[in-house]
Amino acid sequence: MIPPRSLPRLFAGASERPNSLQQHHEIFGGSTRVDNPFDELQSSGLLGRGGAGFPTAKKVELLRSQRGHHKFVVVNAMEGEPAAHKDFRLLSTNPHLVLEGAEVLARLIGADRIAVCVARDNPTLVNHVERAIHERARQNSRGPAIDLHTPPWRYIAGEESALVNWLDGKESLPQFRRHKPSILHIGRGAALVDNAETCANVALITRYGAAWYRTLGTSGHPGSTVVSVTGAVVRPTVLEVNVGTTLRSILETARADTSPQAVLLGGYGGLWVGPDLLDTPYANDVLGERGLSVGAGIVVALPRAACGLVESHRVVRWMAHESARQCGPCAFGLPAIAEDLTQVIRGGRDGQAARTRLEQRCSSIEGRGACRHPDGVIRFLRSALSVFHTDLESHLAGAPCAGARSRQRYLAVPNLEKEEELVWE
Amino acid sequence: MGVIRRHGQFVIRVNPILCDGFGHCAELAPEIIHLDEWGYPVIEPEPIPLADVGALTSARYAERGCPRQALFIERVHEPGAR
Repeated sequence: MIPPRSLPRLFAGASERPNSLQQHHEIFGGSTRVDNPFDELQSSGLLGRGGAGFPTAKKVELLRSQRGHHKFVVVNAMEGEPAAHKDFRLLSTNPHLVLEGAEVLARLIGADRIAVCVARDNPTLVNHVERAIHERARQNSRGPAIDLHTPPWRYIAGEESALVNWLDGKESLPQFRRHKPSILHIGRGAALVDNAETCANVALITRYGAAWYRTLGTSGHPGSTVVSVTGAVVRPTVLEVNVGTTLRSILETARADTSPQAVLLGGYGGLWVGPDLLDTPYANDVLGERGLSVGAGIVVALPRAACGLVESHRVVRWMAHESARQCGPCAFGLPAIAEDLTQVIRGGRDGQAARTRLEQRCSSIEGRGACRHPDGVIRFLRSALSVFHTDLESHLAGAPCAGARSRQRYLAVPNLEKEEELVWE
Repeated sequence: MGVIRRHGQFVIRVNPILCDGFGHCAELAPEIIHLDEWGYPVIEPEPIPLADVGALTSARYAERGCPRQALFIERVHEPGAR
């Protein structure tokens, strides 16, 4: 039993090795269960931890009302963001907590299959999850069948429609959905897609109840959350924090630069935040008032020595490369935007023209893709242009900042692969 | 053509994955659709009243004239209206 108001919850009993099923029961205490898991889930007010922050109970309710016998629960641990390590850390600390949550969700919606999706590019994690599933299968033969699936790693592959499409035996490409919210199907079975951290939280709620769960966090965003801190840190860290602590204290706990130039919140489709907002509580209901969100739990600290525009340019160029090239506005628009940004950074006579063209292109591309990938890039780019506007002016004036001239880079951006080597299935 | 409904509004939407930028829609419905610099359609986001017969007719032409069948007309249901 974990006492209320205490951390860690999700990372309880962390050690070098992932906890076995027996250790899991020792840490989280036998098998005490609440009487009515769905009511508890509803009153806990759990928000999904995959990035969108959609209430999990609503999603479960939608899937519950679906007919059919062969429903699926999909555990999304794809971790497309290069700056995120939370699913990796969670599944290599308490894999059984995630699997238990997935079993609870399967029971709630009446699913008979659970698909755990882990990118095949991370063999350590694949091994941990495989072992945990094997251990569970030996313990109880009843209950939903758990399968491990390993799609190729792409930024887009973690998008829920792409993931479900891959599980359906096709390529891992996002699909156009005419009506939203729509229900995704694998074969004929409806699928509930939830992030690994969401599943772990569901397991905690069904073990200890909603009142226990709400002892941490804010009223609009209860519980604890996992944050991956990278950038200007001693070493990249994954922390479990109480929702509602300030950004500054997160940076302090992670031993990051506490007076950064800016902080990137929510990943590469997220937003840059200036140092004036460092004392804002890290919770979706507070950040939402300022148009921000926690996203997938990513915090990147950018030190004062770096150039925000150059770093943003690297991200935009990579994100443009990661486009699935299905929709015209994304396939042609994002590389065009990246090219414009190159010219803006180079400055000079063409820079000013490139800037106006960039802004026009941003507003023409927005909202015209099948998924939210182009919207995320544009959101990121717009926030970069407004947060680093002093840098922008000096670049345009032909006097780039010192950070642009140094070779040191802070954001984790993978190398661009050759186009013909991109794997989608 | 069927019965033209006078009440309510419609929007024309595109499936961006199917769309290959043929550009027929912008020629068939120039008052609703124009093309961006790469030849993909940009559609007026405001719903158009169904009573605007000219717009509805050209929207239908665009829908049927799309070589990739990527366009579709959707009725917008306002709250309170039938």
